[in-house]
Amino acid sequence: MRELAYYEAKLEALGEILAADERVHLFGGSFLGLSPHRGLFQKIALAYPERVAFPPISELGFCGLAVGAAMAGLRPVVDLSTASFIFEAWPQVVNEAANAFYMSGGQTRAPVVFHIFHGLRGGGAAQHSHSPQAMLWNAPGLEIALPSSPRDVRGLLKTAARSDNPTIFVDHVQLLEMLGPVPEDDAAIPFGVAEVKRAGSDVTLIATSYLVQRCLAVAERLAREGIQAEVVDPRTLVPLDFHTLMASVEKTRRVVIVDECHQSCGVAAELAARIGEAGFDKLKAPIRRVATLDVPVPYSQRLEEFIGPSDSRISEAVRAVVG
Amino acid sequence: MLPKLPKENLLEILRKMLLIRHFEESLIGLFDKGLFRGHYHVYIGQEATGVAALSCLGGGDYMFTTHRNHGHLLARGAEPGRLLAEILGRKDGYNKGKGGSFHTNISSLGILQTSAVVAGIIPLSTGAAYAARARKSGQVSVCLFGDGALEEGAAPESFNLASLWKLPVLFLCENNGKYGVGRAVAAAQSSTMAAYPLTDLPKAYKIPAEQVDGLDAGAVHAAVSEALSRIRRGEGPRFIEAQTVRWPGSESNWPVVPVPTEVALAWDVGTAPEKVRGWYRECDPALIFIRELVEEKQVTREEISQVDKNVRGQVAQAVDFALKSPYPDLEEALKDVFA
Repeated sequence: MRELAYYEAKLEALGEILAADERVHLFGGSFLGLSPHRGLFQKIALAYPERVAFPPISELGFCGLAVGAAMAGLRPVVDLSTASFIFEAWPQVVNEAANAFYMSGGQTRAPVVFHIFHGLRGGGAAQHSHSPQAMLWNAPGLEIALPSSPRDVRGLLKTAARSDNPTIFVDHVQLLEMLGPVPEDDAAIPFGVAEVKRAGSDVTLIATSYLVQRCLAVAERLAREGIQAEVVDPRTLVPLDFHTLMASVEKTRRVVIVDECHQSCGVAAELAARIGEAGFDKLKAPIRRVATLDVPVPYSQRLEEFIGPSDSRISEAVRAVVG
Repeated sequence: MLPKLPKENLLEILRKMLLIRHFEESLIGLFDKGLFRGHYHVYIGQEATGVAALSCLGGGDYMFTTHRNHGHLLARGAEPGRLLAEILGRKDGYNKGKGGSFHTNISSLGILQTSAVVAGIIPLSTGAAYAARARKSGQVSVCLFGDGALEEGAAPESFNLASLWKLPVLFLCENNGKYGVGRAVAAAQSSTMAAYPLTDLPKAYKIPAEQVDGLDAGAVHAAVSEALSRIRRGEGPRFIEAQTVRWPGSESNWPVVPVPTEVALAWDVGTAPEKVRGWYRECDPALIFIRELVEEKQVTREEISQVDKNVRGQVAQAVDFALKSPYPDLEEALKDVFA
C-alpha cells in the first residue's frame, strides 16, 4: 500500500469529495492549519473557484450560512480552524444545526461538516487549545469524528461529507506530518466502527485523535517492561462503537482512558461511566482517566506539558492499574 | 391602499388575514382552557405585512420565520388543523408534536427552519440564498424577523456576508413596536438599538433598505414585489422594515383578546373596550383592509361577511381536528435525532 503524509491524505480527500459531489462547497481555507504545507490548499481553491469560499471573520454568520445552505440542499464543509473558535458559532451549531432534524419532526436535514483543530498545539495558551468534543457530545444531533492516522482522516472525511447529519470533524495539528499507509480505492470509513490499533492482553488504552499515536508510542515502551497494552480508537464518538471498546475491556479487564478534554465531564468521563455501568464486575482495577487537568491551558511550555495527558502520565496510569 | 391586484387575489389576501386573526383568537381561548403549555406569540396586528409580503413569493422560494410564526405559516399555505395540532403537541402536528409553537416548520412549503432564537434564522436564510445562487435556481430566500433580532450579532454578520456575496435574500424586519410598550419606555420602538432608524444597520453594510407602513397591505405588497424582482435580477440582498402598532392584547405576559374580531368593527368599534378602541379604529390591519375593499367598491359587505363565515368554519374544523388528534406515542421522543 502507498504511504502518504497525513496532510496529503487529507488534501486528497478534500479534492475527492469536491469532485464526487457538486453539492459540496468549502468555506474557509485553513484545513491544513498553519502548517508549512498550508499553501497546497490553494490548488483546490483554484480548481473549484465557485465552490470554495473565503468568508470574513464571522464564525456565527458563516457557520449559520453553511447550516442554511445545507438545509437548502448543499453539503457544505466549513473550516473553523482552531477548535476554540467554534464557541463563536455555538448558537448555530448546537441550537440550530443539532436540533433541526428533531424539532422539525424529521423534515429538515442539515448535512453540514464543521472542521476544527482541537487540543494542545504547543503555545496555543488558553484561547487556542480547546477540545470541545465533550461539550458537543452533550448536544444530541451532532455526529463527531476524530481521525488519528492518514488512512482515517481520508476515510472519515469522505463519510462526513456523505452524512445526512451535521458532523463535527475534530482534527489535530500534531498529526499533520505523520506518515502512514493509505489505500488507493475509495476507502470511506463508516462512522460507528472503532478500531483496535494495537492488540494487547494486559490493559486497554482508549484514546482518540493525536492521543492514539501517543498511546501507541507509550505501548511500545511498556512492552519492553513486559506490559502488553491494547490501544482502541473509537474513531467516532457519535455514533459510538461501544461494543468494540467493551470487548477489549472484557479481555484485558483493565482500562485507562486517555483524553485531551479537561478531565471533568470530558470524553473520558463519559466513557468511564459507560464502562463502569456495563462491566464493573469485569474489572480487576479501577478505571483510570488521563486527561487535561482542570485548569485553563497555560502558555509556558513546561506548564502546558504538565497539565496535558503526557506520555509519562499515561505510563504511570497503566502501571498503576496493572501493578 | 389596496395592492394592485385583481379582485380574486384581494379576496384571497382578505381570507388569509381573517384566517390568521380567527386562528390566533381561538388559540388564545385554547390556552386559557389549559390545552397547551408554555408561553407563545401571536401574529394579531401584523396580518397585512405577512399576508401581502408572502403573496409575492413563488412556489419554490424559501421562507424562514421565528417564534412569531403562525401567521407566516398560514399565509404560506399551512393547513390550520395540522398547525394547531402541532401547537397543542399532538401526533398530527407538522412536526409530530416535537416542535410546538416555537418551531413549527413545513419543509414542503419551503419553510426549512423556524427558530425561537430571535436572530437564529438570519444566517440560515442567508445560507439558503447561497444554495439557491449556487444552483442558479432563481429561488429567493425571505427572512421574517422582529425588530429585537437586530440586537443579536447574527444579524450584522449575516448582512455583511449577504452583501459581500450579493445573495438573493430579503430581510423583512417586522417592527411591531412603532409606538410600542414594552422594552424602551417612551421610545418610538420596542427594541433597544443605537442604530436608529433600524434601516441604518443594513445600510452600513450597503444593503438597500426602506421603511414601509406594515398596516398597509398595498404598501407592503408594492415594496416586497419590487424588492424581490430586484433580488431575482441578481442585485443582491435587500432590507425592508415594516412598521406595525402592537396589538393591545399582547400587552401582558400572555395574550388576551380585548374584543373578538367581527367584520362590523371595521365601521363601528363601539363594542370594544374604550381603552383599546383607538387601536381597532386606526391600527388594525384587517379592519383597514376591509374598509378599503368596500370603500373602493370592489367588494360588498355581504361578500366580506361570507369570507369571514367560511374562515370561522375552517378554524372551527381545525380546532376539532387538533383536539381529536392523539398525543404522540412515547417512542416518538426517541426518534428523529439523526437522519
